[in-house]
Amino acid sequence: MSTLTWEWPGVHAAPGETSGEVSIEYSQPSESLKIFGFWLFLATDMLLFACLFATYVLLHTHTAGGPTARTLFDVPGFVAETFILLTSSFTSGIATYEMRRQRAGSVALWLVITMLLGMAFVGLEAKEFVDYVQMGATMSRSAFLSAFFTLVGTHGSHVSLGICWMAAVLIQVLRQGIHPQTARKVFNVSIYWHFLDVVWVFIFTVVYLTGVVM
Amino acid sequence: MQAHNVRTLAGRDKHRHALRQYVIGFLASIVLTLAALWVGFAHGLPAGPLLLVLLLLAVLQIGVQLFLFMHITEGDGPPVHSLAIALAFLFTFVFVAGSLWAMSFHYMVA
Repeated sequence: MSTLTWEWPGVHAAPGETSGEVSIEYSQPSESLKIFGFWLFLATDMLLFACLFATYVLLHTHTAGGPTARTLFDVPGFVAETFILLTSSFTSGIATYEMRRQRAGSVALWLVITMLLGMAFVGLEAKEFVDYVQMGATMSRSAFLSAFFTLVGTHGSHVSLGICWMAAVLIQVLRQGIHPQTARKVFNVSIYWHFLDVVWVFIFTVVYLTGVVM
Repeated sequence: MQAHNVRTLAGRDKHRHALRQYVIGFLASIVLTLAALWVGFAHGLPAGPLLLVLLLLAVLQIGVQLFLFMHITEGDGPPVHSLAIALAFLFTFVFVAGSLWAMSFHYMVA
């Protein structure tokens, strides 16, 4: 299928480096097309978050006499959420690594670990939101809180959806093993998960950390 | 299923290299987060430089995810998908910085 034979500088096929040898998730044109499509989805999803970030940075000082970022955010809470999500990004990467070695059992194990970490993250975030609401910091309290709950909640719902999707991929890996289709599904759910970590890095930096220290 | 016709990848060295990338990426992401927390709570820097350092650490963190975890330069041909991601980052910057810039005129138009 591949009619493109030149090599881009510094770029090589994954991970077998010699030409004509690509990793299993790219081994069929239909599957590599679906991976390409998923990258495009990630690009558009990033634009959704870009709009929510733009809204937040404009409105985060509009607290309407209510709680401010500095008084509201719980430092140990968001630090724990950050380390849990960073670790889960690593474990989903290991799932991709094991997928390329075609070890279905290991893939399943690392997907389960990733999902458990994801659930811990969502659980902590839900607790955080409930605590805020009980302190009177509801979504309708101020423009700051509307923007905060929309941005962080959209990310949290992405993580929740990612857990459900990962469960579906897990079932298919367990029942069918690793073949080009399931390999592509493991790869896509894994880059989705890494992407959510990319978004969280910005939430951690722009919303939580600068909110508390500046 | 016409599955397992994919050549298993040559040699253990490739795998060890790939695994090392993930471990290095994980350690780097932990160190970068701790650095951001330390810089943030050390109260040593004025607001402007502090924000700059924190954003720089975030950009490095994203580099770790994109290159060490997401394999953004890999594929079965030229990695054209990385152009889409790069464009999305440019749009994100334009949305956020452009909105901040435009709204900084509020005292003139209000």
